[in-house]
Amino acid sequence: MRALIVDDSKTMRRIVGKVVKENGFDTIIEAENGEQAMARLRDVAQEPVHLALVDWNMPVMDGLSFVKTARAEGFAELPIIMITTEGSMEYVTRAIEAGANEYLMKPFTKESLHDKLVLLGFETPT
Amino acid sequence: MNVAAGSEQAFAFLRKLIYDNSAIVLEADKRYLLEARLGPMLTREHLGSFDELVARLNGGNSGPLRQRVLEAVTTHETSFFRDLHPFEMFRKTVIPRLLNERAAAKRLNIWCGASSTGQEPYTIAFIMRECGLQLGGWTIDFVATDLSEEVLSRARNGMFSQLEVNRGLPVPMLIKYFDKVGLEFQVKADLRKMIAFRKLNLMEAWPSMPEMDVVFMRNVLIYFDVPTKKRILERLARTVRPGGYLFLGTVESTHNLSSSFQAVQVGNATCYQRTT
Repeated sequence: MRALIVDDSKTMRRIVGKVVKENGFDTIIEAENGEQAMARLRDVAQEPVHLALVDWNMPVMDGLSFVKTARAEGFAELPIIMITTEGSMEYVTRAIEAGANEYLMKPFTKESLHDKLVLLGFETPT
Repeated sequence: MNVAAGSEQAFAFLRKLIYDNSAIVLEADKRYLLEARLGPMLTREHLGSFDELVARLNGGNSGPLRQRVLEAVTTHETSFFRDLHPFEMFRKTVIPRLLNERAAAKRLNIWCGASSTGQEPYTIAFIMRECGLQLGGWTIDFVATDLSEEVLSRARNGMFSQLEVNRGLPVPMLIKYFDKVGLEFQVKADLRKMIAFRKLNLMEAWPSMPEMDVVFMRNVLIYFDVPTKKRILERLARTVRPGGYLFLGTVESTHNLSSSFQAVQVGNATCYQRTT
């Protein structure tokens, strides 16, 4: 299974990628912003991804715009987890209304990311 | 890690104290568990070692300290929707059956027997709310109990940290059922009012309770020895109405312990139905 990790922080991409791999994903695809991530989704020559994990605050195209664009362009079934330091109910609500499936607030533990993957049907042993 | 010193005698005393008061069995090789659970308490109580703690416990007026020791040892890890599958089974299989079976009375009695800091009873409350219970004229009598006053008080308050709501809680439920209060998240008042939180030591006499339609007693039996497990299951058999449901922890079962319950398996989840 392939996971797309969208974050302008290389460290965060590495941390999220490690946890996602521990949960049964074998391929990690990295993007530094929403635009790069959208380019990867649109590229029909590439194999489709099964999950996107997206930061909110990024240059060029932020996470919220990525979610809206992906949904508008027909990636309706792609599970998207927003991972962000934004912890207000307003932000959480905006992300879900835009089409994100789950929301994880930083700082987070690997168990909490595991829980989110299970909620989205990616079942792996703890 | 800085671990306070303690003699074997001190740990033996603590193991016996815990067994006598809560029936939780801690073998000698579980010393690390006592150190982890009681270590922070030594600092708070300004005690230099486990031997000093035991000396204080043997002194006069040690009741409150004894209670704090028991609370520190019996507070277990918990999270919203822990293990997920039992709660899916509760929502998709058990509630529809109960809605049918209890349609005339329109009443459900539910008991969560290891409430801890509240994640489990609130998970149950969220599911009932999602199923429209309480909205369609049903009366829900929902009791949540725990041994520890400290965790009950936290559960009643319904206040959870960001780290706690990150664990297991589907975000649509965070939006629907919580308010942000400062840096924390509080369960909305109408949901808090659904649950009566009460202190109960499973080893002591149980108060009179109505016949339960569903009991959640998850990750409790695992701490007890076989005779105690049997005794608790016997009492549960008298508490759960015939045809009612018992949810245990993922690694727990009634197998070889009670003949009053029959396993019901749906997908990855198992619960136990009181035989009729």
